[in-house]
Amino acid sequence: MLEKALSGSKLYWTWLIALLVVVGAGFGAYLVQYNKGLMITGMSRDVSWGFYIAQFTFLVGVAASAVMLVLPYYLHHYKTFGRITILGEFLAIASVIMCILFITVDLGKPSRILNVMIHPTPNSILFWDMIVLNGYLIINLVAGWVTLESERKNVPPPGWIKFVIYLSIPWAVSIHTVTAFLYAGLPGRGFWLTAIMAPRFLASAFAAGPAVLILLGYLVKKLTRFDAGREAFETLAKIVCYAIILHIFFFLLEVFTVAYSAIPSHTSHLQYLYFGLHGHSMLVPWVWTALACGLTAIVLLVNPRTRQNPTILPIACVLVFICTWIDKGMAMISGGFVPNPLHEITEYSPTGLELMITIGVYAAGMLVLTILYKVALGVKAEEEAV
Amino acid sequence: MGVDRRKFLKLAGVSAALGLGGTAGFQLLKPGSLDAAERMPTPYQMVFPSEQGNSDVTPNPERLKGRRWGMLIDMRKLTPAKAQAAIEACNYYHNVPKIPGKQEIKWIWTAPYPNVFPETENRWADPDIKNAQFITMCNHCNNPPCVRVCPTKATFQREDGVVMMDMHRCIGCRFCMAGCPYGSRSFNFRDPRPFIKKEYPLYPTRTKGVVEKCTFCTERLAVGKLPYCSEASGGAMVFGDVDDAGSELRQLLRKRYSIRRKPNLGTDPQVYYLV
Ligand code: SF4
Ligand code: SF4
Repeated sequence: MLEKALSGSKLYWTWLIALLVVVGAGFGAYLVQYNKGLMITGMSRDVSWGFYIAQFTFLVGVAASAVMLVLPYYLHHYKTFGRITILGEFLAIASVIMCILFITVDLGKPSRILNVMIHPTPNSILFWDMIVLNGYLIINLVAGWVTLESERKNVPPPGWIKFVIYLSIPWAVSIHTVTAFLYAGLPGRGFWLTAIMAPRFLASAFAAGPAVLILLGYLVKKLTRFDAGREAFETLAKIVCYAIILHIFFFLLEVFTVAYSAIPSHTSHLQYLYFGLHGHSMLVPWVWTALACGLTAIVLLVNPRTRQNPTILPIACVLVFICTWIDKGMAMISGGFVPNPLHEITEYSPTGLELMITIGVYAAGMLVLTILYKVALGVKAEEEAV
Repeated sequence: MGVDRRKFLKLAGVSAALGLGGTAGFQLLKPGSLDAAERMPTPYQMVFPSEQGNSDVTPNPERLKGRRWGMLIDMRKLTPAKAQAAIEACNYYHNVPKIPGKQEIKWIWTAPYPNVFPETENRWADPDIKNAQFITMCNHCNNPPCVRVCPTKATFQREDGVVMMDMHRCIGCRFCMAGCPYGSRSFNFRDPRPFIKKEYPLYPTRTKGVVEKCTFCTERLAVGKLPYCSEASGGAMVFGDVDDAGSELRQLLRKRYSIRRKPNLGTDPQVYYLV
């Protein structure tokens, strides 16, 4: 089936080559990091995780959100999602690959990465994160590929694939829950020490992932003849709507608990993010932008008139993306590390090289996504031509 | 090393209640087995031969034996000069590099009272204490979150409570840094060697990409000596066995009031401050 990725329009090839160039640039930047160490990043003794781990956290969410298509389609036989479920699964594959790449570029000693498997350590959440991420990758590869293959051959998918697909539903929840546990169980990090971390992660994921999918759907519709169908878009938009409301609601719950209890080790982080602390306020404009985007998106998505409008919906989706990306891709990590355990403030911002590596990983993910989508859409087109 | 009857009964009861059974219970039942376990070299000992260069498995008969090591810092005795001497000794003998800026390496350093004891500071405390610079280092917690989160067991706890780092196993994920509630760990963002002013040849230097911290000078304990900082502190830093009621450390703890950093987190830090 992969041969479908080998023939395409000029635009397709230009796009692939452009992505390859960006991946190459990112790889070049990574070689510098590999040589000099993580000193080339903006990370520090106090903020010891940065952009890489933040992007990883965000993308785990995008990966998990495939369940929002799989679940209605396979569990509730919601036929409308029939045409795009595969796009969700392939988005999940590309996202998990980016997650794994981000973890790898974040390591101080990447050559020793196998130590995680050679010395399995069940008391470390990172060990479980590795298991669930790799498991999810395999599940989606198998489920996506096998269903697509049988679709192409015009035969019903084999019976056992049902089991894999059902498995993917709790598994998707697990990847984001386990990722939340990476942070949520740490003593002395007040910002992360909250039981609502996993639900918050899931809510923002179920907003961000489907929003990305809607945008991809529009793009695919523009570039190919493939149309997921109006109803599919509308249902997805409703999912985004509920999820972003939950996301903001969970955030407000957090604000109440932290502010009303007024425990300094918990309040100081939110204070740093939203108002600045002791004159340090680098993230303040960002987090307010996120909040404004989230609230605007809610207004646009709740109202059926704007939600169903094909020009406004993509705008709302972009707003949702900005809101959730700033929330997880920037604020989540710095918010936990600033102030540090000695109540000192060291701010974090990524360096140019760090950004280049980040963009390189994103380009690699898009490359995978483009190829997978090319295959999937090729099969769909063939099928429709028959 | 004997376990007295009462202690044994208590520990056996607790471990049975916790369902530990297995090794822990067994070791308590047969104190001899603990000695046997003690004779086993830790991965760290295998990798880092002791100062005298004896890398063989038989332990040095001179070594200091303790069930649970701890450090006591007497803030009435700790002058800035003594603190400085302790810090310099540690840095020199462990080849701790002096890297400027926020990617620095710190094993033992000083910080003001409100930073070392955030949320517990008392505005009206004795100004001598309030304005003092406190020594801070790894607390060698009894229940160390850094060990809990490490995905490769590169951070581990020895039988005697010392929390160690295996520099050859560390993958540099920095989870332990997020896990430590005391900011006691440092990461080698770059090759530290050019930043070592004068290298001490008997202790290994580190590479880029691994985490490091205070080790309670296990290489010194192994040859029957006290940690460098304790030795250099002019009596202000007392090292000892917190499980031994007769140790100097325990006597001081009995006589004077002591505080620990963030005791509410349940990490059970083994660095005590006499105030
Ligand atoms: S002080 Fe930090 S590094 Fe030291 S044992 Fe405790 S948690 Fe681990
Ligand atoms: S115990 Fe040893 S390693 Fe730890 S701070 Fe003192 S001198 Fe340094």
